[in-house]
Amino acid sequence: MSTMDQTKIKKPHKKYTPGGIAWIVIEYASLLFFGFWAIVPVFSCVVTAFKNADEYKSTSVMALPQNWLNFSNFAKAFTTANMGRAFLNSFIVMICVLVVSVIVGTQLAYVLTRFKFPGNQIIRNMYLLASLLPSVAMQVTVYKIMSSFHFVNHLYGYIIMSCGTDVISIYIFIQFMENISTSLDESAIIDGANYWQIYWKILLPLLKPAVVTACILKGVGVYNEYYCANLYLQDKNLHTIATSLYTFVGPMGSQYNLICAGVIISFLPALIVFLLCQKQIYSGMTQGAVKG
Amino acid sequence: MTGTMEQEGKRSRSGFGRWIRSRQGQQLLIIVAFMIIPLTLLIVFTYFPFGEMVKFSFYKMKYATPIDKRKFVGWQNYIDVFRRDDCFGALKLSLYYMVGALIQLVLALYMATILSFKVKGGNFFKGLMFFPFLINGIAIGFIFKFFYTRGFVFDTILAWCGFNPENLPYWLKDQAVNNWSLVATSVWRYFGQNMVLFIGAIMSVDAELYEAAELDGANKWQIFKAIILPSIKTIVTLNIILSITGSLSAFEQPYVITNGANGTGTYFVIMNQIAHTSQKVGLACAMAVVLLVIIFACTLLQKLFFKYVFRDAESEDESYKAKKARLKAEKAAAKAQKQKGVQA
Repeated sequence: MSTMDQTKIKKPHKKYTPGGIAWIVIEYASLLFFGFWAIVPVFSCVVTAFKNADEYKSTSVMALPQNWLNFSNFAKAFTTANMGRAFLNSFIVMICVLVVSVIVGTQLAYVLTRFKFPGNQIIRNMYLLASLLPSVAMQVTVYKIMSSFHFVNHLYGYIIMSCGTDVISIYIFIQFMENISTSLDESAIIDGANYWQIYWKILLPLLKPAVVTACILKGVGVYNEYYCANLYLQDKNLHTIATSLYTFVGPMGSQYNLICAGVIISFLPALIVFLLCQKQIYSGMTQGAVKG
Repeated sequence: MTGTMEQEGKRSRSGFGRWIRSRQGQQLLIIVAFMIIPLTLLIVFTYFPFGEMVKFSFYKMKYATPIDKRKFVGWQNYIDVFRRDDCFGALKLSLYYMVGALIQLVLALYMATILSFKVKGGNFFKGLMFFPFLINGIAIGFIFKFFYTRGFVFDTILAWCGFNPENLPYWLKDQAVNNWSLVATSVWRYFGQNMVLFIGAIMSVDAELYEAAELDGANKWQIFKAIILPSIKTIVTLNIILSITGSLSAFEQPYVITNGANGTGTYFVIMNQIAHTSQKVGLACAMAVVLLVIIFACTLLQKLFFKYVFRDAESEDESYKAKKARLKAEKAAAKAQKQKGVQA
């Protein structure tokens, strides 16, 4: 993937034919047009979040706010939806799920790619099949299992469930592991290393790029997950960031200046992470997609 | 974990102890130790519920119904799925999402073609279009409820363009347009991600090919048709097929924006309501099983399609393949050399 980023395709700007100029115009026009529609829903939200109640009622939704430093909506949204607690919950869930997924996923990938044993292919196919089952449909019966384990309304129950439904990162690990030469393992064995040492000291450090990719993909997924969180974490103190937004349904249903502030708070961490590691996210998306 | 096992091995000086310390024993040990957790999780949260789902689909029951009070109803739930208007009829809504998914693919392909080459602000636009993918579903729900509300964002923009706000429909209530509104939301959210995928695929094509084509005087359309499309057709086809299964299981947009009101309830939204609101677990399970069978069938067709269609098609562009293979071999050789250098 890293070689791919370097070879940005160069376009020689030599001569301008009429067709070439027309194409450039169309190119930029479509960029601006679709860029506009991509940003408008979010932009209107940002604008509204800075308006006070009177201003929100009296001005057009697309009119700019009088005071760009009016953070009172953000403060109010943060406290009403108890978002401090929600951030903490989301953070705990994310760290636990990522750590478990990485350890368990790399171990599984190690065993599946390095050893031949009966059932190896069956297990791979089981994961392939599992990736086809839509999560929403599965929750009809997973809910029953969760309640019989008394996992409902406990953070740990939700964490364990989220670790269990992890297929994409396992694929990334398997793919990556297959590209690491087995001669490395063999020479380590000759040097007297046991299998645990090979996994822990040799392969895991080499898997670092795959771990980063998997963490980004899985992290985004866990941070944004709301359906299961809503089903299994109904207690107010257990809301994650995504479900804490549900507080705004009902009594505050039409106070969009407040809701927009809440919405912006909820995706701000994602925005920051995105701005910081765009490259990894893009290449992660590409890798995650070619699992088939 | 291995530590305790080794101790055990030392204590018992039997044949088993020796065997467990041998290569084979170690191998078995590590296989079991490394697979027990993921396989348990996979079975408990995927295959066991799947089995339960098939079983429940033959019963009339609620979540709280004790085992002995469940009523076996045979195929009745399945018959109901096909008979009830709200169940199977909801699958018709998938057609909207399929059309949306195709538009999304074409759009993503178009933008990916533009953004793969040097354009001013390319990275900025790429980020702009991709970012919606990272926003959580509920936030999207609020953003678009706000966006489509009468007289709010969308109406304002259309008014700027000269439409009379009085004549515009209620985007989320009017049954003539509300499904399209939701589909547009879905396109808004996912097209950037699709585009990034396609950009990745286009970038992995050898850049020399484009340069050679430009020197030969090929225009953009010819380049697209002759180089880009053939080299990324696998990922495009894959995405077309995925969009079919994705459309059948469309859930998020109607769930968070309209909650299925006014005829926007897709199959899964209805299933969710039947399961968790009216607690007809048996019927919901039957619905889930029916859709899963359809999805499996689609996936199977996809596998067959790839096996037979692409095997023939690949022989056509032999020269391109050959070139790619040569480049790959060169790269591998370079890598091997590098690795040798590191080791030495």
